[in-house]
Amino acid sequence: MDEIRDDRRNFLNWLIGGGLVAFLGSVFYPVYKYVIPPPSGEANVSQVKLPFKLKELQEDEKKSRIFKFGRNVGIILLTPENELKAFNAVCTHLDCTVQYRKDLSIIWCACHNGRYDLEGRNISGPPPRPLTVYTVHVDNATGDIFVAEAKG
Amino acid sequence: MAEKVARENRLFRWVDERLHIQTLVDYMSHKVVPQHSHSIWYYFGGISLFFFVVQVVTGILLLLYYRPGADSAYESVKFIIAEVSFGWLIRSIHSWSANLMILAAFIHMFSVFFTHAYRKPREMTWVTGIFLLALALAFGFSGYLLPWNELSFFATRVGTGMAGAIPGVGDFLMKLMRGGEDVTGATIGRFFGLHVAVLPGIFAVLLSLHLFFIQRQGMSEPLEWASNPQLQKYRPFFPNFIMRELLVWLIMLNLLAVLAVFFPDGIGVVHWPLGQKADPFAPPPPVIRPEWYFMFAFQALKVLPAHLFFIEGELAGIIILSAGGIVWTLIPFLAGKFSSGKKPALVIAFGWAVLAFIVILTILGYILE
Repeated sequence: MDEIRDDRRNFLNWLIGGGLVAFLGSVFYPVYKYVIPPPSGEANVSQVKLPFKLKELQEDEKKSRIFKFGRNVGIILLTPENELKAFNAVCTHLDCTVQYRKDLSIIWCACHNGRYDLEGRNISGPPPRPLTVYTVHVDNATGDIFVAEAKG
Repeated sequence: MAEKVARENRLFRWVDERLHIQTLVDYMSHKVVPQHSHSIWYYFGGISLFFFVVQVVTGILLLLYYRPGADSAYESVKFIIAEVSFGWLIRSIHSWSANLMILAAFIHMFSVFFTHAYRKPREMTWVTGIFLLALALAFGFSGYLLPWNELSFFATRVGTGMAGAIPGVGDFLMKLMRGGEDVTGATIGRFFGLHVAVLPGIFAVLLSLHLFFIQRQGMSEPLEWASNPQLQKYRPFFPNFIMRELLVWLIMLNLLAVLAVFFPDGIGVVHWPLGQKADPFAPPPPVIRPEWYFMFAFQALKVLPAHLFFIEGELAGIIILSAGGIVWTLIPFLAGKFSSGKKPALVIAFGWAVLAFIVILTILGYILE
């Protein structure tokens, strides 16, 4: 008799416990889904046409510009040898935006004094990895600059 | 039995050695709730509290995506209901719970009034309760503007314009509320700050006081118990009453879920479709209505003649409504001396008059549009 009662008690406990878990799940599932933001609607691009022309960059005091690359930030610079280089401008250390230092001929991150050479390789300071390199292509007829993700 | 288990529990002992919660447990196990034919009214304060907690949680969730400002408020609400997973549900629950909270609070207030639960020593519980209701109405009024749609824009214009009728300080008050001459993006900023920071802060303090008073004083007993001891019957607060209260809350949560899912934009005259974005230069929509809990006051001001004796009708209305509110707040001090077991007929009549006034004018407000 006692055994049977225990069985029933157990069964009821499972039933109530399971119902409770299911109920809590149905409450927290929408909340969990809600706090995850929907995709921003901005596509990840593989190539962008920059909103300025080569001439503007050449006349720029800093010899470099920051530009929007889809959801990312890019940096384009004109080396002393007049070469165009473009990188993802996000420092590999802690996500600050890097800048071109003409005076030192390096790419420099102001946050923690991280340094990269003009190939994007991390040469001193905390950055653990080189910057992502973009390929640059200039339309000589119009002076439009195109930046694309490097193949590879 | 429960006490014995608790004492032997190691975790309980660990906490008790540091915080002396045994006294709390003893207190809880001796706490009782009067049991009689009108015990049902003991649940409505808790129901209001439950809806308030829902408001806090869903309000914080809405804050994740809402962006105040004339250029972003409407767009961000649209984004919430169209793009965010379950965003429509969160907004819908926030709206439903707001309306149900005010409804529950009104029922709670009138039940306290008609059972004379406000009488000595509970005067301050009543007064804090009235302030809490006023804050709840302010929550409703300020929250209504935040989606920055046609309906909310004109309702806020009319509502703030009414404050302009108060002599002397009216113009100052109106400018203070609007953040300028008219309802603009600046008004959203003010109402938003009020709705998510100022009001919750004040509300939390008053609510703590209200609940603290109730904990210290226990539930009010029916008038006739004082002269009739054999009527006295009690139910343990823990676990009997608390379990029943939790069950009521669970039922309320399910009611909320059903309403929010099947009627996300509300029902009938209680509705909040997003509609068109507010355009200050467009003509107002054909029907501008305040929310239902402002309808009686709105209607009262409408039915008054242009001039009452020598003052303007609207001003007279504001004076009468304010005086009524003050009398209502001070009821415990005006009529609270009745603990002899007799219900004061005059006070009861006054209560019914107020209730009839509110109900009739609310209904008229919807009929006479």
